[in-house]
Amino acid sequence: MRWLNHSRSGRVVVGATASALMILAAWLFTESKSETSYIWPTFGQVWTSFRETWLFSHVGSDVWPSLRRMFVGYGIAAVAGVAVGFVLGSSKVLDAMATPVVSFLRSIPAAALLPPAIVLFGIGDLTKIVVIAFVCCWPIILNTRDGVLELDDTMLASARIYGITGVRRFGLIVLPAVAPRIFAGLRISLSIAILLLVTSEMVASVNGIGYFVFLAQQQFAVDDMWAGVILLGLLGVVLNYLLSLVERFVLRWHQPADHA
Amino acid sequence: MPFRLGTFASRHSGATILGGAGVLVALAAWQALPATGIVSSTEIPGAAAVLGRLVELLGTGDLWKAVGATLAGAGLGFTAAVVIGVVIGTLMGSSALVRNALSPAVEFLRPVPGVALIPVAMLMFGPGLSSDVALVAFGCVWVVIIQTLAGVGAVDQVAVQTARSFRLSAWDRIRFVQVPSSLPFIATGMRIASSIALIVAVTAELISGNAGLGDSIALAQSAGRVDDMYAYILAAGVLGILAHIGFGGLERRLLHWHQSQRAGV
Amino acid sequence: MLEVVGLGKTYGSGAKAKTAIDRLDFSVETGEFVGIVGPSGAGKTTLLKCMSGLLAPTTGQVTLNGKPITEPPVEMAVVFQDYSRSLFAWFTIERNVELPLRHGGNRIKDPAAAAAEALKAVGLEGHEKSYPWQLSGGMQQRVAIARALAYQPQVLLMDEPFASVDAQTRAELEDLVLRVREQFGVTIILVTHDIDEAVYMSDRVVVLSRPPSTVQEVLTIDLPKPRSQSATKTLPEYAALRTRVYEEIVAPENRPSHV
Repeated sequence: MRWLNHSRSGRVVVGATASALMILAAWLFTESKSETSYIWPTFGQVWTSFRETWLFSHVGSDVWPSLRRMFVGYGIAAVAGVAVGFVLGSSKVLDAMATPVVSFLRSIPAAALLPPAIVLFGIGDLTKIVVIAFVCCWPIILNTRDGVLELDDTMLASARIYGITGVRRFGLIVLPAVAPRIFAGLRISLSIAILLLVTSEMVASVNGIGYFVFLAQQQFAVDDMWAGVILLGLLGVVLNYLLSLVERFVLRWHQPADHA
Repeated sequence: MPFRLGTFASRHSGATILGGAGVLVALAAWQALPATGIVSSTEIPGAAAVLGRLVELLGTGDLWKAVGATLAGAGLGFTAAVVIGVVIGTLMGSSALVRNALSPAVEFLRPVPGVALIPVAMLMFGPGLSSDVALVAFGCVWVVIIQTLAGVGAVDQVAVQTARSFRLSAWDRIRFVQVPSSLPFIATGMRIASSIALIVAVTAELISGNAGLGDSIALAQSAGRVDDMYAYILAAGVLGILAHIGFGGLERRLLHWHQSQRAGV
Repeated sequence: MLEVVGLGKTYGSGAKAKTAIDRLDFSVETGEFVGIVGPSGAGKTTLLKCMSGLLAPTTGQVTLNGKPITEPPVEMAVVFQDYSRSLFAWFTIERNVELPLRHGGNRIKDPAAAAAEALKAVGLEGHEKSYPWQLSGGMQQRVAIARALAYQPQVLLMDEPFASVDAQTRAELEDLVLRVREQFGVTIILVTHDIDEAVYMSDRVVVLSRPPSTVQEVLTIDLPKPRSQSATKTLPEYAALRTRVYEEIVAPENRPSHV
């Protein structure tokens, strides 16, 4: 029992067994319902749809537009977010002035910003990019700002003592010191970006993975719908994993202390 | 004594005044946007027009019905997520076996974008409140599970052993050591879940057409009533802030003795 | 070489003003080792910040080679107490030591060689590619010392540098500093709360009074060199001197003197 609970191989065995049982239960459930219900396709049907749609016929027409929108919006949010975060972290006055406005804008559910964006920009790529960029920059701004506020006095004093100033000080000392916080913001924003991408494609789009899933549901093409949902889930897992790889490389020196 | 703006900003009173100034600047800029013709007022109406319309809507039934519908979906889903999440989180936190068994499933289902399941929910539950509730519950439960798990695990073993050495019963140990240690984490989870609940509810309404603020916004947009649209958006923002203040306050009260102990958000 | 003239520092203003240093006057000669001690709360850290140009004094000034110090002068290096926060965690040991030479106030032609020599002098050969968190506390402080030495300063300020390490490491580091002083011929000003350490290492000890601090006493330490943990500390002169310093610090007369 000790081995099962506390060793690494024990954990893997328990986890794999439990997951396998759950998948088996799902499989049995869908097989039993295949004749009677239209909501639950069988595993086989979903796999067929997945293979035919996403490997690889719809990659160019739907996956690529989706990824493109998301990365452009996310990229803008990252760059602008870090820049604004540094400004807010460096100026107590600007930070105090911006705080209530930022808090309010953050409280608006992101999806609610799609209709006004549609009014302004139509239903093309620009709408989605603008909304994703706008919403995703807040976690990055706030985390960057916190990182700047947390810059250690002794560390900055060392830089002053040894005459490290200006751009060099920023690039060699300030930026690496704030980097862990920036990545925390990037992680949060990535999840938001994926969510917003799917939402925007279900509300106003002519292509994309989200659009595909929505259309499939409207047409009761259930296998296609589920195949799309699974692809979206996989996309989330893969993108988060890629970001964690980048983070682990950039922050390979980082030993996190207790984070408040 | 020379007046330094930076020092002024660090004081609470100074920060509040500057914050108010910031709001005024933002409102002025908003009002100036259509007024100076940068955008047309049929695309972005000025601050005065929108705020005026919001006040009007407060007097009608439409706004309150929409708010009620959103709160119903978000609230019921949130409650379900908290109950289920605390139960599962406690089980996972107390038993290594359960934790090892369920972790893969939690880690795999957690990153699934809740939005992607909106079409699924529409098929399963049809139009109406239940699909919103289910979606909100799915979106919120993971945060609650993870926070509860962390809360159960964060119980100071020294405190537990001290309690046992004083021969407190198992029930008393739960009451006086376990629960107070875990509550701050659960409170944090509830705060985060409350904003997720609101976001999922509005998003679901936007896409599925179920009644609520999200639906009102979409309807206003397609009817070209931009003033209404922005007014409803402001209302949604206000709801968001109220939820944040409410649950944030609860969290602070439970955390007041136990700062700097969060399971990474 | 370094002169502290009428130095005073008051924080805040009006009713809540706090005078850490009232008036300090002393000087440090080239090549000297000066220890600065005082009771808890005496403005030792404030003094060090003013001496290093990190903080502007309210009254008086500090001059180095006749020039008043307003910014951290390039002839000066500082070793702080908290090594984990003064070193840069994202650089290796050697890059940490090289950094002031590549990008700081004293850029030289071969930073790598200077860094290697400094690391060798502090006994950290072989650890160049490690990151600070991989080293023990004592070793990290050695890196900070190496970084200061590689910078080729005329004056080395040390702010309670051994307060955060255990006693045995402290003794090793004390001897290390004395050795590198011989090797590099640098003037050292050591701020410490540890009386034994001040007497053991210094040529002269400046005793500060309680805040608002003034120079209470300046004692000449004429113990034989080279100092040794075992030999020097058993000398009767050592005991007498440290008792003298101790009495100065806890004496009832150790009240702020009124000018």
